[in-house]
Formats: sequence, structure tokens, C-alpha cells
Amino acid sequence: MRFSLGKYLLPTYVALTFLFLAIPIAYTFAFSFNDSIKSNIIWRGFTFDNWLDVCNQQEVCDAFANSVIVAVTATFISTVLGTMIAIALVRYRFKFRSATNLLLFLPLATPEVVMGAGLAAQFLDFGWPKGMGTVIIAHTMFTLSFVVVTVKARVATLDPALEEAGRDLYANPLQVFWKITFPLLLPGILAAAMLAFALSFDDFIITQFNSGAVDTFPKFVYTAAARGIPAEANVIGSFVFIVAIAIVLVVQIRSSIKQRKLAK
Amino acid sequence: MATDFVARGQDLELVEVRKEFPGFVAVESLDLKIPAGEFFALLGPSGCGKTTTLRMIAGLETPTSGKVLIGGKDVTDQKPHERPVNTVFQNYALFPHMTVLENVAFGLRQRKVDDPLPKATAALEMVELNHLASRRPQQLSGGQQQRVALARALVNRPALLLLDEPLGALDLKLRRQMQLELKDIQSEVGLTFLHVTHDQEEAMDMADTVAVMNHGRIEQMGAPEKLYDRPKTAFVAKFLGQSNLFVGEVTDKSSETISINFRGNKITAPNSRIEKSSGKVAIGVRPEKTEFHESKPAASSTQNVLGPGKITDIRFTGVSNQYQIEIPEIGEITVFAQNVGRSPVVELGAEVWVSWKVEHSFGLADLPTGEEDIE
Repeated sequence: MRFSLGKYLLPTYVALTFLFLAIPIAYTFAFSFNDSIKSNIIWRGFTFDNWLDVCNQQEVCDAFANSVIVAVTATFISTVLGTMIAIALVRYRFKFRSATNLLLFLPLATPEVVMGAGLAAQFLDFGWPKGMGTVIIAHTMFTLSFVVVTVKARVATLDPALEEAGRDLYANPLQVFWKITFPLLLPGILAAAMLAFALSFDDFIITQFNSGAVDTFPKFVYTAAARGIPAEANVIGSFVFIVAIAIVLVVQIRSSIKQRKLAK
Repeated sequence: MATDFVARGQDLELVEVRKEFPGFVAVESLDLKIPAGEFFALLGPSGCGKTTTLRMIAGLETPTSGKVLIGGKDVTDQKPHERPVNTVFQNYALFPHMTVLENVAFGLRQRKVDDPLPKATAALEMVELNHLASRRPQQLSGGQQQRVALARALVNRPALLLLDEPLGALDLKLRRQMQLELKDIQSEVGLTFLHVTHDQEEAMDMADTVAVMNHGRIEQMGAPEKLYDRPKTAFVAKFLGQSNLFVGEVTDKSSETISINFRGNKITAPNSRIEKSSGKVAIGVRPEKTEFHESKPAASSTQNVLGPGKITDIRFTGVSNQYQIEIPEIGEITVFAQNVGRSPVVELGAEVWVSWKVEHSFGLADLPTGEEDIE
């Protein structure tokens, strides 16, 4: 029998890749149960204490709360604005439309260091003190482009005849938006919001330039790394990961149920 | 149930409606009046302005100038949701995020009509789809979707129902069936129907009145049989069925007929069926009104005779055979012969003469440009 390269090599390669991707996550998760004292590098025994009393280390919790506040606010603003921009860009022909398109791509292509430093200089120029406000503005700005790109793809697949049918059936423009356009764009808007949230939540570079004394979770972890990251940070990291996986699972299961229903 | 739908169709009037888009004129100053309760078809090739006309009536497009009146009331400045008009869209445009029943109830809910769901159910019963009320539109077949779209529009009892090529996406058999159903529903509910189509058979089959549109203007309007029997322009003669057209200078005029000289042959038409009686005139005849003969027919003042020519093509189309006859110096003539089993047995290349009765000739107001052949 001939030795088949693909038969063994490909599965091995795939297994190694997954291992490579999963080890840091598994490490983080495992060490969230470590009975650590100060640094969390050596395994000292299993405990639930870190999970049960996360806010034992006050700074970890404060940083996490800041990150959530920034991410939620920036996501909300950029999703609302981005959805409106996306609809305008697909549906209407106006002056500077292609310029707007190009401008929206710039933040995607600009290195974060440049954007972070540029924004910091701007805020200094305006005399705005660095803090939560400036971080939220910066995050809204760079997530906006991602929202527009994601929602635009959804708007492009929306048949304008559906909105015309709504207008024809006695719905005024506002009713057409809320009863037809919005529900049909919702999957795209949700995807955009999740993307914006994830980008904002773990942004470090732009935040570092514009946050002043405010600690966000990534910033805290970075600073803490020098003197040993507390196990509570592992708890929060694992928790966020589990939530993300749970969301993906729920979405997948829901859509497969829907598909099966439609196939019937 | 159909009895729920009280006839309250209203008449539609377009007064010098014109629509310009950047770079071209979609609809030239259009005057049109459709009486209440009529089934009216706007027929024309794609790009002739028929869909733009329909969209202006629905309010989805604003006329550059002119007025739209429904039931005598000027609605030109009204938004689509303010007009007593409903549309069956070309691809149905059913809302994919709602059930069939909710789709049908949409207009009723918008207008805050009492009991929207029972009324929507009744409308679905009329199109025989109430058993699919809880399905989503994308679970239905094309024909079913088409009927839901119809129910969704009809349930509002609009003064005017607009149909934008509603049968275009269906296969031939389903199309014929839906044509019959549409016609039945129209006479049942008594609403005014404006049907836009490029299918001449569909228009002639269903409509009380057909308007043939070309290049943004109406070329001719009338009952289908009248349009077919007496086309007034080369475009109508070619678009509505087929025609053999002959162009020549008028040579003889009598009190009953005129004759033209077509490349040395005399072709005669009755004065009652012509639009123009001097200069260059186009005279035509429908292929099914022509016959061919294997020997030269006797000259007669009641017959037009051309020939001899050769049969260059025979096409079997079911109920009739279509013959192409090439006559030297004259060109090609199309003849339809009913397939009744006693037509003369002819073969490709056979030498034949073509004749038709003078009373079947018609004279056009314009001359063919050659452009009409493109459908």
C-alpha cells in the first residue's frame, strides 16, 4: 500500500494549528483557578476563590467596568451613526459620496499608533483633559468604519422594492424604516455592534494615548504584566471568552433551527 | 370572501404627464383616461416608459410636469402612502420577515382598520391560500407568492390597482392560469386595474382597453381586437402580432379604395381602413389573412395578388403553419395557414402566389423604419 501523505499530514497539521491557537487560552483559563499569592506564574493548587471574589483586587474590577462602559457607549454611538451612514451611502447619490467612502476606509488602513498619537495631539490642542470622554470619542471614531462596512454589505442586499411596497401600503417614511428596513437590516446591525464592541473592548494602543489616568482592562493587564498579573485578570479574561463563545453558539443554534423550520 | 369587496374602483386621469431623467425623457407629455372598473393594459417594449408611468401613478416617482387625478382628485403632490392606490410589484416584494397573513394585513394595520386579521384571512381565501397563512413568503412557490402579493394589494380595496408585470416571473402554463384568475378577480371585485406588460398576448387576453406605448408616448389605444384589426402605426402593426408591410407612392384613388405602386405591383386598401391617402403610404396585412396558391389566381379588383415566389421556410407552430415566401423584387412575406389538414401540400422551394382580400388591407399613418422588428 502506498503511503498517503495527505491522509496523515493534513490531520496532524490541523491538530497542531488548533493546539497552537488553544494553548494560550487554555493556559489563561487554567490559571484563573490557581491559588496564587502575588504573581500568577507558578501553579500552587486549585481554588475557586478567584472566581467567587473577583473584585478582591479592586483595580481589576474597576478597569473591567471602565472597559465595559467605554465599549458599550462607543458601540452604541458608532452603530447608530454607522447604520445611518451605510444606508445613505448605498441608497443615495450625493455630493462627496465617494470622498466619504474613501474617508471611511482611512481608519481601517491607518496604523493604530498613528491614529492614537494624532488623536492625543488633537485633544491636547482643544485643551480637553484625557479621561473616559476622550477614550469614548476615540473608540467611536475607529469602530465607526467597521460598522459602516459591515452594515453596508447588508443594505446592498436589501431590495428597495420592499421599502416601496411599504410606502405603497400606507406606511410613512418613519414607519417604513422601523417596520421594514430596520428588521431586515438587524442581523447586519447586530454583527456590526458585536464587532465594534470586541474591537473597543480589547483596544490597547489608541486607549494608551488618550486615556490619561483612566485604566481600561487591556491597559491594566499590560501594566500588571510587569509585576505579575493577578489571577483575577485571568478570571475576567476567561469570562469574556466564555460569553463570546456562548453568543456564537446561541446564534448558530438559532439559525440552524430556523433553517430546519424553513426546510419543512 | 369576495362579497366583502364592494366595488369602488375610481377613474384615473393623467393630464400632460411628463417625466425627465438626467439625460433622457422617459415619458413624453402623456394624456390618459381610464374609466372606473376597467381592466386597462399598458403595453410596450422594455424602456418605453410604461413602468415609469405606473410609478408616477403610485407616487413612487414625481412627474416633471403634468397632473395625476384619481377619482377626479388631484393626487400629484400626495406621497405614496397617502394615495388610494396599491401595487402588485414585479417581483412581488413580499416582506420576508413577516408571515403571509401579516403581509396581507400590513396595509390594514397601517390604516388602523378594524379586525385586520379576519379581513386578511378573507383576502387569502379569495386567492385560495388561507391554508398557508402562517408560512413565510420564501417558503411559497412563485405562483403562490404572486397570489399573496395580489391579496395584499386587494385587501385594501384601492380605488386603483396597479400591476407591474406581475406574471413576468412565472412559467407559461402558470401564467395562463393566473391570467384567467386575475381577470375573474377583477370582474368580481369591480376595481380599476392598470396592468403594465410587455407581453402582447397577455394584454390582449385580459384587458378591456390596451394602450401601446413606445418611446415615452402612447402610439394607439383601443379595444384589443380593434388594435389588432386596424393598427395605425408601423410600431403597433409589428409589436401587436405580425404584419406584412408594403410601402409605395399612391397611384390610384377612388371613392372606395386607394392603391399604391409597390415595386411594380398594385396593392389596394379600402378608404375606411387607411390613415393617409397621399404621397408615400404603408399598406399592411396580417399573415393569417393571406393565402398562397400554386397557380396564378385570376386578377380581381377585390384581391391583392403578389408573385410568383418561392417558399423559403416552413415553421410548424401547432395550430397553424407559418410560411416564409420570398418573392423576387418584392421581398419576404409571412403567411399563416390554419393546420386543419386540408391545406395544400407544399414543400420548401415550391413556386407560389400570395393573395389577400382588399378589405383586409390596412393603411398606416407612418412608414416603417425597420426598428419595429426588434421586440
